[in-house]
Amino acid sequence: MTLWKPDPTFYPSPRDAAEAPPEKLAYVAAFDRSAERPDALAVLDTDPASPAYGTVVGWTDLPHTGDELHHFGWNACSSALCPYAPHPHVERRYLIVPGLRSSRIYVYDTKDRVSPELVKVIEPEELGKRAGYSRPHTVHCGPEGLYVSALGGYGDDGPGGIAILDHNTFEVLGRWEVDRGPQYLAYDFWWHINHDVLVTSEWGTPSMIEDGVVGELLLGRKYGHKLHFWDLRKRRHVQEVDLGDQHQMTLELRPAHDPTKTYGFAGVVVSVEDLSASVWVWHREGSRWAATKVITIPAEPASPDDLPDVLKPFGAVPPLVTDIDLSVDDQRLYVSCWGTGELKQYDVSDPFKPVEIGSIRLGGIVDRAAHPAAPGERLAGGPQMVEVSRDGRRVYVTNSLYGAWDDQFYPDGVGAWMAKIDADGFTLDERFFPHGDDFRGLRPHQTRLQGGDASSDSYCYP
Amino acid sequence: MTLTAVILLGAFHGINPAMGWLFAVARGLQERSRDLLLQSLPVIALGHLASVALVVAVVSATGSLVTGTALAIGAGVLLVGFGLWHLLARRHFRWVGMRLSLPQLAAWSFLMSSVHGAGLMLLPVLTRMPASHHGHALSGGLLVAGVHTLAMFLTATVVAVVVYEFLGVAVLRRAWFNLDRMWAFALVGAGVLTLVAAV
Repeated sequence: MTLWKPDPTFYPSPRDAAEAPPEKLAYVAAFDRSAERPDALAVLDTDPASPAYGTVVGWTDLPHTGDELHHFGWNACSSALCPYAPHPHVERRYLIVPGLRSSRIYVYDTKDRVSPELVKVIEPEELGKRAGYSRPHTVHCGPEGLYVSALGGYGDDGPGGIAILDHNTFEVLGRWEVDRGPQYLAYDFWWHINHDVLVTSEWGTPSMIEDGVVGELLLGRKYGHKLHFWDLRKRRHVQEVDLGDQHQMTLELRPAHDPTKTYGFAGVVVSVEDLSASVWVWHREGSRWAATKVITIPAEPASPDDLPDVLKPFGAVPPLVTDIDLSVDDQRLYVSCWGTGELKQYDVSDPFKPVEIGSIRLGGIVDRAAHPAAPGERLAGGPQMVEVSRDGRRVYVTNSLYGAWDDQFYPDGVGAWMAKIDADGFTLDERFFPHGDDFRGLRPHQTRLQGGDASSDSYCYP
Repeated sequence: MTLTAVILLGAFHGINPAMGWLFAVARGLQERSRDLLLQSLPVIALGHLASVALVVAVVSATGSLVTGTALAIGAGVLLVGFGLWHLLARRHFRWVGMRLSLPQLAAWSFLMSSVHGAGLMLLPVLTRMPASHHGHALSGGLLVAGVHTLAMFLTATVVAVVVYEFLGVAVLRRAWFNLDRMWAFALVGAGVLTLVAAV
């Protein structure tokens, strides 16, 4: 049933969204690497006034095992206010939760309950037969329904692409692309909604990633290194921008939230030339799209004795930038260096000249930096998925990247932890550090904040 | 009385953000141009007029073939059915694309108004008009459509300018009452009244 007034979590502009009340709950996807126990949605209390602050207060096991939960998203968001097909009286209440390994997509209801409740399962066959895809990944609520990117084809390794789901029934409607041009690899996507532009990035096909990073493919520069720009209306490929094949794995895409702007940030995991990581800005150059490298983070030299087998030949720790997140006001960019165990904060008020203004060390392949709440504990993993509250004041990170890759880079166990950083002053919150057994043996991945966050909503008004 | 109803219906459509003023405001905000906003509104009204006039034409063509009672009953059933469909179906108007030319914007408005059933509410008025002479009914109907659209256009313009210049779109969060659901109830009600009057 629709509402009489717009859902209160919908905001016309990013400026309005920055005034949103602080989130009281955070939903975290957690998965069992052994695939013996079900993955789960863990719910964290993020209300500092609550006695349960910083603890797991809700938990929902999935009905199957081996899904490998990864990213997920909401059924509806602020784009429901967009003027060309407004429907703001729907509710933001369902989480759309893909299993990256199983290709199942789950729909969970979050309304009036702490632990989400399962309402629908989309089987891999439905996604495969109707859209031709498998390994669903990023979910965004948009003008034609729910858009879900997928890394693999159905029965084939590729191409990966985007499937469209009906946002009422959650049925798979089909493949989004009408003309995919040269695009084959897939990973993340988002858009400049007011410019009718969609952007996609590249990781690899299932065979390239599911058993871990493949050295020959990496050194052979076979992982993704391009951005693709599409006509959101006509569903056609418009242009590809190659960052250079030394820049392996172009992952997260964070377009400016201001709908009048046409730039965004893309993170690159590693350069095969010097193991550095980089962040790029895409932008208009005349009538074409271009990308400019604006941040380079060098590898840190290390003794081979301290390195996992995969890195021993190099004698250095790559930063491995595996997630970035842009605050809703487009002023701060957070960059996760999962290899070195560092979260960097940049002032990106001039997107072409980011200024590093903060750094926090946690975990890391060599450092194993501890959290102030448990100073004696050497942490494995590093800041990985990063999420920013709508008001930009709180930053949440979790520590697992992707099962098979965790095992390569942290072979003695990646552990499980989540941390919260206060953005002003850029300090760790000592009261918020769920870790170890709090996650019941599962590894935490993406976080979604109640009511929306910096990577969940698109806005149609400046 | 009839004229008042026609004008009020126009104002109701004009106030509804989904019928176009919001699109005009968004276009203005996107380019920081009040001119673009003011340019968009007549085009949106034109699309609305086309949608309403289509209903008028169909009614007048049908009216020349069947009796007034049959026409009223048909109109009543159509209204009830359309209203119920709007109430019960969970689908909503779909459209992708923000960057439209003015002709595309008119087409958008035509489709949006038609899906909304904007012209249908004039059915009770149209079926009560004397249908003795076909050409006469058509011109009378088009006058109704014109007055309706003018009311819609003036209301939309006032709302759009006030939101653009003073209130800001944040007002939508508080003030956007679910007019579509109200509209669906109204369609059903008008259909029932038309049926009652006909039999």
